[in-house]
Amino acid sequence: MADIVVKTEDVVKEYRMGSNVLRALDGINIEILRGEYISLMGPSGSGKSTLFNMIGALDRPTEGRVYIDGQNMSQLSQRQIAAFRCHRVGYIFQSYNLLHVRSAHGNVTLPMIFAGVSERARNEKAEKLLDMVGLGDRIYHLPDELSGGQRQRVAIARALANDPSIILADEPTANLDTITGREIIDLIKRLNNEQGVTVISATHDLKMLDVSDRIVDIRDGLVERIRNRDEIEIEVGEVGGE
Amino acid sequence: MNQRAPIEEQIDLPFVESLRISFQSLKIRFGRSIITTAGITLGIAFLVSVWTNNEINLALQESGRQSQINTFEETTQQGISTKDIWLIVMSLIVCVVGIANSMLMAVTERFREIGTMKCLGALDGFVVRLFLLESGFQGFSGALIGALIGTLGAILLGLKDYGLDLFYYFPLLPAQPEDGAMQLGVIVVILLGCILGMILAVIGSSFPAWRAAKLPPAEAMRTEV
Repeated sequence: MADIVVKTEDVVKEYRMGSNVLRALDGINIEILRGEYISLMGPSGSGKSTLFNMIGALDRPTEGRVYIDGQNMSQLSQRQIAAFRCHRVGYIFQSYNLLHVRSAHGNVTLPMIFAGVSERARNEKAEKLLDMVGLGDRIYHLPDELSGGQRQRVAIARALANDPSIILADEPTANLDTITGREIIDLIKRLNNEQGVTVISATHDLKMLDVSDRIVDIRDGLVERIRNRDEIEIEVGEVGGE
Repeated sequence: MNQRAPIEEQIDLPFVESLRISFQSLKIRFGRSIITTAGITLGIAFLVSVWTNNEINLALQESGRQSQINTFEETTQQGISTKDIWLIVMSLIVCVVGIANSMLMAVTERFREIGTMKCLGALDGFVVRLFLLESGFQGFSGALIGALIGTLGAILLGLKDYGLDLFYYFPLLPAQPEDGAMQLGVIVVILLGCILGMILAVIGSSFPAWRAAKLPPAEAMRTEV
């Protein structure tokens, strides 16, 4: 039997803008399996980022339920939600969302501080993770001193700090050039393959679809269709070359 | 990776850890912190100078000295004149609004940071405590410097008005003359200035920080300044 890690039931999200009500999600039902690499695909305004926020417990649905590891997220206490964000999920954002006052090292250690990891253990782990994403020589640089691709690598290292079982990536390559984007995708895919981390990614980058197990097309706040990787044909042209 | 385990409760961080993070944040944002603190310093300096000046006038009038500069109408009446009360109230308002504004701006531009910290597992209370510590420190140091500058200003003004007699009758401590108005004394004014600056800074910062911490992280991170 398949091991379901994320399940949404009729998730609705409405935003109130003055007297208008914008229905960003109009009843989303999806199931995501453990170890899967899944891409939420859709044009901007389709609701994929909103869905991403619901799955990551970054926002509350107006109606419906989100289950993660069988837990109904709306029944969790404040402390449990904080622990969930701290331990279970690693977030990667389009705009990196690094704390610009903390170095790469400081950013990676922060989630471990929140988790109560000892100073020695978190320093070791931070060095190991930054080394793994290829920033071993820039550990103490501030985000402002790093390029876009390097910042996203710091964000990936930070997302992995507490060994999450889910990586949530919201358009992780949208601010990057093609080659750097490709490297970031390869890095995320490697985590998916080697560590069995479930990857849920909102994207409209075709390169990301290529590595996905399933692609969920979102349109106007609804799941339009769900495709397996082998059902679609993507031609990812080689860019840059050797 | 105990994926199946029920979701545990987030732990509280030791106080030292919050202290360390808040000081790091003040240090690395040094330029910005100085500007915010300067806002507090200015407000309190203005308030304390007006207030101390008033105390000096009261004390010197009590002693029978008259300002060489003050006009006839003002010196005819003893005690606090309407103009003085007006000045103190005005400076108090300027001080409150100035500090509240500078703290509010300093927090609002960090909404994204608050959202990000919550994504990484920060509890609402931790975020508020961070801002409480930062603003308490800024408020106290800013207000203390402001109060000293304000007192110095009032002393210079007093020297101009009364000459060296000022030091002889200097109202350092509280006093209650038999038929005069209650005098707080300069030390109490400085103390009140410091307390006021600190309270205003802490309220001005932790209230918006508390509001931001209550927001779902997605909403806090969406906020653009």
